[in-house]
Amino acid sequence: MPESSLPFRSVLVANRGAVAARVIRAVKALGLRAIAVHSEADAGAPYLAEADAVHAIGPAPARESYLNQDRLLELARAAGADALHPGYGFLSENAGFATRVEATGLTFIGPAPRWLAAMGEKTEARALMARHGMPVAAGSGLLPDDAAAVLAAGRGIGFPVLVKPAAGGGGIGMLAAADEAALLAAVERARALAGRSFGDAGVYLERLVERPRHVEFQVLGDRHGQVRHVFERDCSVQRRHQKVLEESPAPMLPRPQATAMAEQAAAVLARLGYDNIGTVEMLLGADGSFIFLEMNTRLQVEHGVTEMVTGLDLVAAMIRLAGGARLEQVLPAAIALSGHAIEARVYAENPVNFFPSPGPLNRFRPPPADAGLRVETGYAEGMVVTPHYDPMLAKVIAHAPTRDGAIARLEEALHGFEVAGIRTNIPFLHRVLASEAFRAGQVHTGLAQELKA
Amino acid sequence: MADLAIKSEISGSVWKILKQPGEAVAEEEPVMILESMKMEIPVMAPRDGIIASITVAEGDAVAEDQVVATLGG
Repeated sequence: MPESSLPFRSVLVANRGAVAARVIRAVKALGLRAIAVHSEADAGAPYLAEADAVHAIGPAPARESYLNQDRLLELARAAGADALHPGYGFLSENAGFATRVEATGLTFIGPAPRWLAAMGEKTEARALMARHGMPVAAGSGLLPDDAAAVLAAGRGIGFPVLVKPAAGGGGIGMLAAADEAALLAAVERARALAGRSFGDAGVYLERLVERPRHVEFQVLGDRHGQVRHVFERDCSVQRRHQKVLEESPAPMLPRPQATAMAEQAAAVLARLGYDNIGTVEMLLGADGSFIFLEMNTRLQVEHGVTEMVTGLDLVAAMIRLAGGARLEQVLPAAIALSGHAIEARVYAENPVNFFPSPGPLNRFRPPPADAGLRVETGYAEGMVVTPHYDPMLAKVIAHAPTRDGAIARLEEALHGFEVAGIRTNIPFLHRVLASEAFRAGQVHTGLAQELKA
Repeated sequence: MADLAIKSEISGSVWKILKQPGEAVAEEEPVMILESMKMEIPVMAPRDGIIASITVAEGDAVAEDQVVATLGG
């Protein structure tokens, strides 16, 4: 489909950092106009120079800038935008915002707002997927405010259980309870965390899977009833339930099993009419069984891993799909998995206790990119990493014919990444990449904790 | 025993002060919660004692190694 057939010409990129840089690049490559925004803290960000128009949207705190819906919508109108890309984080999964974007007459580049709502409430998402045959862990609905009922729910599921916020995401507010004695305190604390983080204190229980792997399936849907998967990513190496290393294909997972799960997820979503980019996150137990965890109705941080092994441009694809393109217009008929890609998230944090480490980037020299190495960042030397946003400094993605080759390339690249002025997790990334468990593909979500200094 | 300075381990801001001067705290009990880079980081009492002073207010920016409270008793 020629890009001129898209129903929009000017895209407001409502985000910052590495994802703003990535989306601006994709928008420009499609021949569209990129309108960038920035808070006071990001005024000097390098990607702003790539945009066709740049607008300041407010002070550094996110709620006064990147989360300020009124300001973004007013700017979209004033700047002549006719589409909005939310990136990831911030407002990307906010159904109310997406609805307002569309009511303003702009195209929201992502799935229809009803999908953001359907997958945003985790107990409903789980129930929906279970009704359509996706495997889910034993779990409860929203817990009532009644100790006896909470204990009964825990007993019914069987311990250990995980207490999870219903409106949650990003691993925030999840607490394990080993037995009945621990359950009520965990529920109380999880409610407090959930209320503060998501403005919704609802929590539910799920059977805790011990030493699981996190395997997720990338899907793309169009507005004509079709959904395809583009393989999986293993994102098991996490600290505080947040991903640190991501790779594709998943190691030590038989291809037929991965394909069967991916095809099932795509088929369920096609039946339901899913209509843009999305990721079905699943846990893979030690017994080889998958359970549905949640679905992210947006671009993922780690989308580049899939791009490296498939050669696709997922950001361009989601923009064109939002404009009404059909899947066969944005994806080749046959998509092959080529080689192995691993992404490392370089965080501004203490590599020993993972505490945040904001500060000045007195030196910031990412390794040079080439065909086998991709670097995505929103920072440049001389900028200050503020405490206002998440700690991700850069994503470094290595691609090689084999997993061992990708590991070696990533290690070499991280050794060449020079940062001074703040601490980074690069020493920790080296520790994981050098570990026997990681090298053997024996990954699980507790591995990072086990390898902590 | 001389008052002991309690320092912030991170740069960020003060999200919530949990203890006031005169209150008793146990070792490892949170005195306040700081916020930085979307994470909440508690500041713990290094030993049992009585809070002698709180030297920051909620919403204040704090630097790494900045004294945020002192512990007496």
